Amino acid sequence: MAYSDKVVDHYNNPRNVGSLDKKDPSVGTGLVGAPECGDVMKLQIKINPETNIIEDAKFKTFGCGSAIASSSLATEWLKGRSVAQALDIKNTEIVKELNLPPVKIHCSVLAEDAIKAAVRDYQHKQAPAEEKAEEAVNV
Amino acid sequence: MALKLPIYMDYHATTPCDPRVLEAMTPYFTEIFGNAASRNHEFGWRGEEAVENGRKQVADLIGASSKEIVFTSGATESDNLAIKGVADMYYERGDHIITVVTEHKAVLDTCKKLEKRGFRVTYLPVAIDGLISPDDVRNAITDKTILVSVMMANNEIGVIQPIAEIGKVCKERGVLFHTDATQAVGKIPFNVNELNVDLASFSAHKIYGPKGVGGLYVRRKNPRVMLVPMMDGGGHERGMRSGTLNVTGIVGLGKACEIAKAEMQDENKRVFGLKEKLRKGIMDEIPDVYINGHPEQRLPGNLNISFAYVEGESLLMGINEIAVSSGSACTSASLEPSYVLKALGVGEELAHSSIRFGLGRFNTEEEVDYTVGRVNEAVNRLRELSPLWEMVQEGIDLSTVQWAGE
Repeated sequence: MAYSDKVVDHYNNPRNVGSLDKKDPSVGTGLVGAPECGDVMKLQIKINPETNIIEDAKFKTFGCGSAIASSSLATEWLKGRSVAQALDIKNTEIVKELNLPPVKIHCSVLAEDAIKAAVRDYQHKQAPAEEKAEEAVNV
Repeated sequence: MALKLPIYMDYHATTPCDPRVLEAMTPYFTEIFGNAASRNHEFGWRGEEAVENGRKQVADLIGASSKEIVFTSGATESDNLAIKGVADMYYERGDHIITVVTEHKAVLDTCKKLEKRGFRVTYLPVAIDGLISPDDVRNAITDKTILVSVMMANNEIGVIQPIAEIGKVCKERGVLFHTDATQAVGKIPFNVNELNVDLASFSAHKIYGPKGVGGLYVRRKNPRVMLVPMMDGGGHERGMRSGTLNVTGIVGLGKACEIAKAEMQDENKRVFGLKEKLRKGIMDEIPDVYINGHPEQRLPGNLNISFAYVEGESLLMGINEIAVSSGSACTSASLEPSYVLKALGVGEELAHSSIRFGLGRFNTEEEVDYTVGRVNEAVNRLRELSPLWEMVQEGIDLSTVQWAGE
């Protein structure tokens, strides 16, 4: 299977690899996929509670090149967005940007799921500020 | 010798033609082009002579007589001819066939086709080392069993089944025994009488011959095996396989067999040495690496290993100047990981993490050194990227994690 140049670039130079402190209340962690399925993504976002802006994003992925590229791209897109804008990221945009073939669409779906899971985790941690978070989501 | 990229380490998939094989074949494309079945002129006689010479070279390699060799288009056709040919010839005697879950698809799908036609097939499971025991076969044979088909060497994990013992069981019980010997003939010692086989499939392109030609050994004495042909026509190959003979290909197959017979012993020693160098180079450096299949009872050039916490396709991408294959789902059209590894009970996550190295005649020490370096570097890099590796380093038992994707 031939990979698109963008997938190869993300694979060779993955952006934002690493981990944030998952106990930090301003950090949301999403862990999606399963080893038996051949894909596991961990995506983390660090949010400024004052501005509700994602200041940092990190990932680690077990999966094929397209899965690595999808999550790498997602972290790139997440930085600087508000939480609400983060939830606007659709897997189809990832497919388009990376030129993923049909058999790799599930990689982009997983990346979208990881974003949603990370946001959910952050909102859960911010439970006292739940209303505020919900407000942000509904903007 | 300077290292040339890319490096080929996928000798189980196919092999390049040996230059000596190509040289032997060359005149048969242009000068000696006669149809081996043309009985009335010089062109035909020379074609026939070449075919009979090739037949003898094949027969000599496997301890058969020339008359027991049927030329085909390759091992897939040979497997089909052996299994369907026996089923159609002996169906009045019984309707039961025994085979193994880790067989090549050419055997498994042929058996499935026969099941649709009313035959009953037993698919023997394998142990964690990929092997079956002769007793498994003995216990599965019934008075309705007409054929046992067990591959000699597995194409993915390279394990070598106890063919001689299985053959003995079949002989005692009067059941025909076929072996798909595609990965074995020309690679390891193979003698139809010592192994007690009645039918054996093989192919030229796995042993440094051309693609598109292979053969089926069909025993003529004790017992005399009869087959219903799949291809009807001019009655070539004693009626078992009609169609103008691929003279050029047969010359190549014959030459490849002759070379294999003369050089097998030395070549195996050399290839095994390279494989061991590769294995040690990786396993001495990288933790959590597992060999799939029996560690010793396998082809000298086969190394099938799983790198835990690293997905196979991403690893292939990281070593893309080295041609190998993976049991990872992502490299197959079906999105399913290797059925062979699953049959071993390897666990799907390790099946996704497997790489098959197949070393052969033209690999060098320098290529192995380079490969070890590149593989180790890629595995370390991908583990740094792997959330699973991170969790394991934190002391988390992955089997206790509730995965969101399940």
